[in-house]
Amino acid sequence: MFRRMVYAALIALCAAQARADLTVGIAHLQVAQPMPPTLSNLDPVPDDLGLAGALTGLSDNTTTGRFLGQAYTLESTVVGEGDDPLPAARALLANHRFLVLDAAPEVQLAIADMSEAQGALLFNASSGAAALRDGNCRANLLHTLPSDAMRTDALAQVLVQKRWTDLALISGTHPQDEAYAEALRRSLTKFGLRLKAEKTWAFDADMRRNAAQEVPLFTQDLGDYDALILADELHDFGRYVLYNTWQARPVVGSEGLTAVTWSPVIEQWGAAQLQSRFHEAHARDMQSEDYAAWAALRTIGEAVTRTGSDDPQVLRDYILSDAFELAGFKGRPLTYRRWNGQLRQPIAVAHPRALVAQAPLDGFLHRVNELDTLGLDAPESTCEAFK
Amino acid sequence: MKTTTALALILMMGAPALADEIWVTNEKDDTVSVIDTDTLEVIQTYATGERPRGITFSHDYSRVYICASDSDAVQVIDPATGEILHDLPSGEDPEQFVLHPDDVHLYIANEDDAITTVVNTQTRKVVAQIDVGVEPEGMAVSPDGKIAITTSETTNMAHWIDTGTQELFANTLVDSRPRHAEFTRDGSEMWVSSEIGGTLTVFDTATQTEKAKITFEIKGIHPDRVQPVGFEFTEGDSHVFVALGPSNHVAVVNARTYEVEDYILVGRRVWHMAFNSDRTRLFTTNGVSGDVTVIDVAGRKALKSIKVGRFPWGAAFRPTD
Repeated sequence: MFRRMVYAALIALCAAQARADLTVGIAHLQVAQPMPPTLSNLDPVPDDLGLAGALTGLSDNTTTGRFLGQAYTLESTVVGEGDDPLPAARALLANHRFLVLDAAPEVQLAIADMSEAQGALLFNASSGAAALRDGNCRANLLHTLPSDAMRTDALAQVLVQKRWTDLALISGTHPQDEAYAEALRRSLTKFGLRLKAEKTWAFDADMRRNAAQEVPLFTQDLGDYDALILADELHDFGRYVLYNTWQARPVVGSEGLTAVTWSPVIEQWGAAQLQSRFHEAHARDMQSEDYAAWAALRTIGEAVTRTGSDDPQVLRDYILSDAFELAGFKGRPLTYRRWNGQLRQPIAVAHPRALVAQAPLDGFLHRVNELDTLGLDAPESTCEAFK
Repeated sequence: MKTTTALALILMMGAPALADEIWVTNEKDDTVSVIDTDTLEVIQTYATGERPRGITFSHDYSRVYICASDSDAVQVIDPATGEILHDLPSGEDPEQFVLHPDDVHLYIANEDDAITTVVNTQTRKVVAQIDVGVEPEGMAVSPDGKIAITTSETTNMAHWIDTGTQELFANTLVDSRPRHAEFTRDGSEMWVSSEIGGTLTVFDTATQTEKAKITFEIKGIHPDRVQPVGFEFTEGDSHVFVALGPSNHVAVVNARTYEVEDYILVGRRVWHMAFNSDRTRLFTTNGVSGDVTVIDVAGRKALKSIKVGRFPWGAAFRPTD
């Protein structure tokens, strides 16, 4: 069973301007993923995570489109955990040529490979998995969420700049934790940092009661290091490690100082406007998945605005061309990598109360675009589908 | 005799309000700094509402209007005393505005609401609200008063408002994140800066069509960081000085050939600017470094930095004699 919602243009159209010559239908598919229990319930995941960002993007597109005779609709489907997502995707693709995906990487691949998806334009707004940008890339699948590697490279640049060169790592056991830890190890090597000690979080006790006793002991044998990295992407144990380590050292990674797509503490570059627009509409802070879905909608909107077309191939060509640029409230134009369809973007390195840095940091040079110091660069990519 | 002369000189120097002033809004200090254009020092700091940004004077300079964005008001201040006289209704989150040549109507960009609000400063009433694109910011009005412009940052358009009907009559696309708009003094051209696009677009006012596009290139600075924001025409409209944001430079553009002639290094994240009375000196607000750079217009070089409040944003000139 799945839930369907259709959002027509939410904004009242001014009669004189509402000559919609072109209506662009966009679909959003959310495939529920199993959420393992975490030690704390302090930060529940919002039901509309991602979708809320898509709706804000729809609203932005609609406001712009009314001056150009262009209208946008968004149809959203939610597939419950354990249900087959392919029929839902098929139903959406029967009526829409643009599909924003909030699903596990293997589900995204299965959808991108469906015959109905050929000639359509899909956006990955939920997975940082390396393979989707590398050997398993698909020509019809663009990525608005940064890869894990873009985030860990951003963090590594900050570590280099701060000369926190000796690191220790504690990783969780979920696949997302392992993928993040793997990306971290690559980033540390890439930027010449040293991983001196590594442990796996294997407690099953409730850390709210005894973190103060357990974590000092657990971290005692890590030896000396400059910063402790946590790979805890589901936010299970990490929050209990801060201020409980044996050594007085900063905590970075999944908790503490984090490299993120988006954060409520970003207010520069006009971001305060997007934050307040989002908050007003959805009564909560904008998160990374919301930003990625917003960016997908805005990518479509920007391409439609500039080309006057709703043909997915025309739009794809434009999106991957030099002419395309998206103003994404990150201080520089956002563009797509032509070798794997990844949205190039600065990465915020922040703690919960403030932005600390924005990568790429000054001094990390690249022969083409400094943003490509983050994540998989063209020479490393084994993606063939974009050639 | 000699003593008398000396005394008279001292009196003149000590007398207030002889030199002209540049008023600068400090976005994150909720203040306005007043700079003496002769001594190049801050002579006054007045409190304002929350997050002051746009600033402009009435034609006789007896009133200063300030967008207090987070107070959702335009504040009217007596520049002689710094006293806040009253607020004008402004719509939500006023960011930038322009005073109509009739000296009565303010056209205000309401950044959060995709609206341009027209306020009568005498009756203190909202005359009209016009739907525009997402995040309106840049505001301009033609010298004959017939056209007002709003640029919208996320919609990437210049919206052309007929001030007779208060309705849009044209919407023209520009590059990403248009920030500021100005008409030439003869009204024949309308210029728009695009922060993320990195360009200035010149429109022919009569046809609302693009006439020229100006791009910038600064050695050693990635093009992504060259972000045009505020700009002003020099005396006689021969040149345009353009603030280039995080590239920390001001460009000098020839307004006839549309070619960039010079780049001047200023403070960090240069934003808006104002000239002194004869336009020989230009004062730029530098948001990140929290100062104002004084530029010698003829020599095209920075003369001095003046420390002001946190995140200086807008600037406006006030003659005092």
